[in-house]
Amino acid sequence: MASIAASAETVVRPPDTVAQRILRILGKAPVHIVLALIGVMWLVPTLGLLVTSIIAPEHFTEFGWWKIFSKPSLSTLENYRGIFHNGPITHSLWVTAQIAIGGTFLPIIIAALAAYAFAWLEFPGRDWLFIVVIALLVVPLQMALIPIFSLYNSLHIFDTVLSLVLFHTAFGLPFAIFLLRNFFVGIPKDVLESARIDGASEARIFLRLILPLGLPAIASLGIFQFLWTWNDLIVALTFGRDTQPITVAIFSQLGEFGSNIEIIAPAAFISLVVPLAVFFAFQRYFVQGLLAGSVK
Amino acid sequence: MKGAPPTATPGRWSRHFVALAFLGPALVLLGVWIVYPAIRTAIYSFYNADSTKFVGFDNYRAIFSTSTITTAIKNNAIWVGVVPALVTAIGLVFAVLTERVPWRLAFRTAVFMPMAVSLFAAGVIWRIMDQKEPDRGTLNASIQVVRDEFKPTGHLQDALPSASALTGSPNKGYVVTKTVGPGGTALVPLTGILPEQVPKSAEQAAPPSVGAGQVGGVVWRDFKPGGGTPGKLDSGELGLPNVKLSLKDSSGKSVGSATSDDAGAFTFDDVGSGQYHVAVSASNFTPPFGGVSWLGPKLITPALILAYIWVWAGFAMVVIAAGLAAIPRDTLEAARTDGATEWQVFRRVTVPLLSPVLTVVFITMLINVLKVFDVVLAVAPQSVQDDANVIALAMWRTAFGAATNYGLGSAIAVFLFLLVLPILLLNIRRFRREA
Repeated sequence: MASIAASAETVVRPPDTVAQRILRILGKAPVHIVLALIGVMWLVPTLGLLVTSIIAPEHFTEFGWWKIFSKPSLSTLENYRGIFHNGPITHSLWVTAQIAIGGTFLPIIIAALAAYAFAWLEFPGRDWLFIVVIALLVVPLQMALIPIFSLYNSLHIFDTVLSLVLFHTAFGLPFAIFLLRNFFVGIPKDVLESARIDGASEARIFLRLILPLGLPAIASLGIFQFLWTWNDLIVALTFGRDTQPITVAIFSQLGEFGSNIEIIAPAAFISLVVPLAVFFAFQRYFVQGLLAGSVK
Repeated sequence: MKGAPPTATPGRWSRHFVALAFLGPALVLLGVWIVYPAIRTAIYSFYNADSTKFVGFDNYRAIFSTSTITTAIKNNAIWVGVVPALVTAIGLVFAVLTERVPWRLAFRTAVFMPMAVSLFAAGVIWRIMDQKEPDRGTLNASIQVVRDEFKPTGHLQDALPSASALTGSPNKGYVVTKTVGPGGTALVPLTGILPEQVPKSAEQAAPPSVGAGQVGGVVWRDFKPGGGTPGKLDSGELGLPNVKLSLKDSSGKSVGSATSDDAGAFTFDDVGSGQYHVAVSASNFTPPFGGVSWLGPKLITPALILAYIWVWAGFAMVVIAAGLAAIPRDTLEAARTDGATEWQVFRRVTVPLLSPVLTVVFITMLINVLKVFDVVLAVAPQSVQDDANVIALAMWRTAFGAATNYGLGSAIAVFLFLLVLPILLLNIRRFRREA
């Protein structure tokens, strides 16, 4: 995000006097106040979940979560202790991690290979095939749920991590190929040509040149894939029974909202801490990927 | 083949083989997991619930005759009509407002953060925000704060007239039926008030002394344990302080207002000759705020849309901000130098230059909204899921819900696909223009 925020102000202003500067800040006060209010409004819901997750369940129905700021004694870490000793929940976190990691690396590898072929290899019907990939970009995954459900049943891989990873991989591919191909096309032709003249094989060029040069795009893609697979509900809900990621585990508890808030709130908070950490750690790549994927 | 060097043929074939090796895994996955199932789904959509009998277009007819699905289509139409435009507008406003604010990074991070959160976790969050009780639901608590400022809860919220001396209703206030002229007093007996609802400062009810040109009266709690006559001022009955009253002439026009004291007494000054009615204002009876039922059947879609906008506004803002940063400063400065106001610069220069970016955001949101699923499933309680239904959810519930129907489920999936098809064609056209 830094790259966006740091939009260069090229306009040169004459140096201000102190009085002018104060006047300018005062004149803009309403904008600052409105923005501050909106910013707080945007943070309140997440804060509400965090606070709710540390309220003892017997107090949950008694008062709103914001009361905790006047009565900090009502908070407890008991809910989180309960979650970490809750077998199904910890298991589902482990399942989520497996799905997210598998569902991130597999599509990146496969898409990078395909994107290289689309960008730099010659074969008949290349452009048409790429148009097909772009077309697949908008196919709703609802179109695949029923046949894949039957397919998994007949292959006996229903309700496995592998089956979920493969589904995520396939539906991640169109965007991944699109994004990486557009990035690889931008790599200077000379670099590739000279490598080819030197007799490097395509596999070698891919590993030694394309992957290192494409790292920024691969990083932003990885973040997207990770967030998508970690946050998925519909795919896991359809193809998982005992293989439950955290979203499905919370979903099955949600029917009795209120009576088991001491499980729902901390579990939901844990489920969003990981993507938030990824987001804050790789914010720049995330935004770059977003822009590459939508503006291009 | 003509004119090609002889060695080119084997080289070309090996090159094609290399390309195939690079493409192979992707083509297999796309073929098996997307293309083949999509075709199967299209075929299933013409078969019955367990895909054993060809039924023609029956499933497609069923889409438009099944009430839960037509509700889903209507709701999705609301989503499509409201969300893309609103998200784009909010993103534009946020991007422009923050452009010259030094702490924009903090603001943009705060607004953008929900993007990383799953729509499902967002759903749990909004379940907490949307609770009905104003002392627990954050949204309703905020509304209560604002409402108390403009329309505070009346302290006589449960009060009723104790005798036939008053007519009216809590919504409109009550009027004393007996008229009163200058120098006279009116009795305003009320009951149904709990002892703890009577302010501590209240004293024995007593009428005021009334001079010429004045109308007086007393409003009191007309109830005495173990006795007392309704409509009569008995000793031991307390006056009601701070009751707002008005004096109305025969046409119903208000000619004066007064507030009762600790003994329940009130006087209207400077009253001309004639006959008047004493009225108790409706504001005394305003019931407490019970909370808006966000998760009830009526407001569920707006509540879901609110949650969804909370998630996606950051996306729009960041993409538009990037577009904004790419606008040449000179263009804006030139317009300002020419004497354009900030609004004119925004309207005539910024927005037109941004229109490609705005279109991209709008179309992206359009696709997202057509496929909306998680947030509905997570926020809407079981009892209102029929009212909150959207197409993607209707498909899932039809195919994998209690009564499994693959035929109808497939038809809904195809219907959804047909809705996004124009966007697909748009994407292809854009690509071909660029290539």
